[in-house]
Amino acid sequence: MTTTTPLAPKAGRLPGGRRRFTAARPAAGFVAAALVLFAVAPLALSDFRLGLLAKYLCTAIVAVGICLAWGRGGLLTLGQGVFFGLGGYAMAMHLKIADAGPGHVPDFMQLYGTATELPWWWRPFANPVFAIAATVLLPMAVAAILGSFIFRRRVKGAYFAILSQALAAAFAIWLVGQQATTGGTNGLTDIQGFFGYDLNDPVNQRMVYFVIAAVLLLLIALARQLMHSRYGELLVAVRDSEERVRFLGYDPANVKLVAYVVAAGMAGLAGALFVPAVGIISPALVGIVPSIELVIGAAVGGRASLTGAVLGAIGVAWARTALSEEFPAAWTYFQGLLFIVALAFLPGGLASLAAIVKRRRRNQGLSGDTA
Amino acid sequence: MTVILGQLFTGVSIGAVLLLIALGLSLTFGQMNVINMAHGEFIMAGAYTTYVLQKSISGAGISLIVALPVAFLVSGALGALLEWLLIRRLYLRPLDTLLVTWGVSLMLQQLARDIFGAPNVQTRAPDVLTGHITVIGGDDPLTFANSRLFILGLAVTAVVALSLTLRLTPLGRRIRAVVQNRDLAEVSGISTGRVDRTAFFIGSGLAGVAGVALTLVGPIGPTMGTNVIIDAFLVIVVGGIGQLKGSVIVAFVLGALQSVLEYSTTVSVAKVLVLVAIVAFLQWRPQGLYTLRTRSLV
Repeated sequence: MTTTTPLAPKAGRLPGGRRRFTAARPAAGFVAAALVLFAVAPLALSDFRLGLLAKYLCTAIVAVGICLAWGRGGLLTLGQGVFFGLGGYAMAMHLKIADAGPGHVPDFMQLYGTATELPWWWRPFANPVFAIAATVLLPMAVAAILGSFIFRRRVKGAYFAILSQALAAAFAIWLVGQQATTGGTNGLTDIQGFFGYDLNDPVNQRMVYFVIAAVLLLLIALARQLMHSRYGELLVAVRDSEERVRFLGYDPANVKLVAYVVAAGMAGLAGALFVPAVGIISPALVGIVPSIELVIGAAVGGRASLTGAVLGAIGVAWARTALSEEFPAAWTYFQGLLFIVALAFLPGGLASLAAIVKRRRRNQGLSGDTA
Repeated sequence: MTVILGQLFTGVSIGAVLLLIALGLSLTFGQMNVINMAHGEFIMAGAYTTYVLQKSISGAGISLIVALPVAFLVSGALGALLEWLLIRRLYLRPLDTLLVTWGVSLMLQQLARDIFGAPNVQTRAPDVLTGHITVIGGDDPLTFANSRLFILGLAVTAVVALSLTLRLTPLGRRIRAVVQNRDLAEVSGISTGRVDRTAFFIGSGLAGVAGVALTLVGPIGPTMGTNVIIDAFLVIVVGGIGQLKGSVIVAFVLGALQSVLEYSTTVSVAKVLVLVAIVAFLQWRPQGLYTLRTRSLV
């Protein structure tokens, strides 16, 4: 990440068949997305639905990171739930301490009766600045340590995926085991306030929604810049031919590490915002199953396309709520089918559908034109 | 002394279960490089097969004996079907295989929930296996449960049978040929597609056998497969792909490590420490304990 200058525009297309980055189109899409998130949705949706949308947008924030790490970097991280959880717990710990007030411990600790003062590793989270910084920096630090170990020794592909999945399993089991200090299976629940604002007030819930929407747009812009920088090109190169990149004198481990760490930071931020939006963080939100569910949204929408991944994540999260409320069994079958169809038959996701159709049409219309 | 021996035996029996579960994977993942997340559900299928057989055959001992080959066939058939329907289209995209088979595993779990209900069910172990043998008597006795010994025996038998099959039979020779060099095997007249399917049948069938064994030590439920599958994959990753001996050693070492750590800390902390140990081990040997040496870059 030494430089972010875009590639010199020479050919009409970048390697890999992507159309060259022109400023007008994405900017228009960005404005449209902002308009929908900030004007249309708050006007059209009830408070309840807007709250649900806020929750979906949190998964979309994770999907931005997955798009970068998996779509562009080829790193199938099945452990994003860990980073989501680290961010979420960091935020929830601060909010629980703030709810309890000075001199008191959070309610669940009183329940177990033993704790009269905060455990030492809870104490720094009483400071709001520390807690907010920790929601992003803690996941990034964990990812950096783990990633540098794994990538340096060239553990890759499926091995990396399995290790990241094992991490998610171990983290969830650990959280459940430390019941007295993490709330165990229940997690940290019943969060009332958010930096002095009462979360039961619908106005403040709307405020949380706006914060989440703004963060999402900001991160999409950031990821877009990153993907269209020299680093972004290098990342795709590492995904497609790691050895060749190594022979050219780059260290693929560093390239992958940056993508993994950035994705972890995004997931942490998403977890932190999820807590005020939903009011709970628990091991059920960070283990193997939620981690892999975070991936499926990006896969269905199109893992390598930011728009696809974000819309896919929102769409899958929405379908989950819509279907699982009424037909829980049908939802599981549907979800399984989504995995199979999206990955076996449409690996580029829905985002590639338009390109496929366009290519077919062009081939029919101008068979001599090789573009 | 008794404590150490007791922990050691617990470790060996955890290792035996791990080994049985991982054995099928060492064929499908280790040899064919297919990451089949539905492997856990093939274990579940084997366990439910035992349950169904025990309902229709009254004797617990007879039904267990019958369940072993039947579960092998049921899970093997499921595996061959999966290979034919989906996996053979995805041999060049291992990471996508992982997610596709995860989808299959979700559907199989829901299917089990719809057929057998969400709550766990139990089978009755035959009387021979409910007892235990006493190794050291006295005030602080050391005992081994018979069911654990049975699982250990089953694991050893399965390993020996699989390695003999791979080493001595024409089928085993074909499987090894395809694993080592697919193109060369194909031009030598081996039908690689058929070999893939057979190997997948055997690997999945072994999952079914593992499922039968698991009914002796725990309840049968729709999520029983997911609970064990990650550990099994870790055994293969640490053991190294392409051969069996790494998996065998690692299964028992991880079992012992888990048992000792659980004894000195708690179950949840032990899980985390085992994972840390695995990451540290991969620093030393990123390809696993043993690996097939090839000249390819990846």
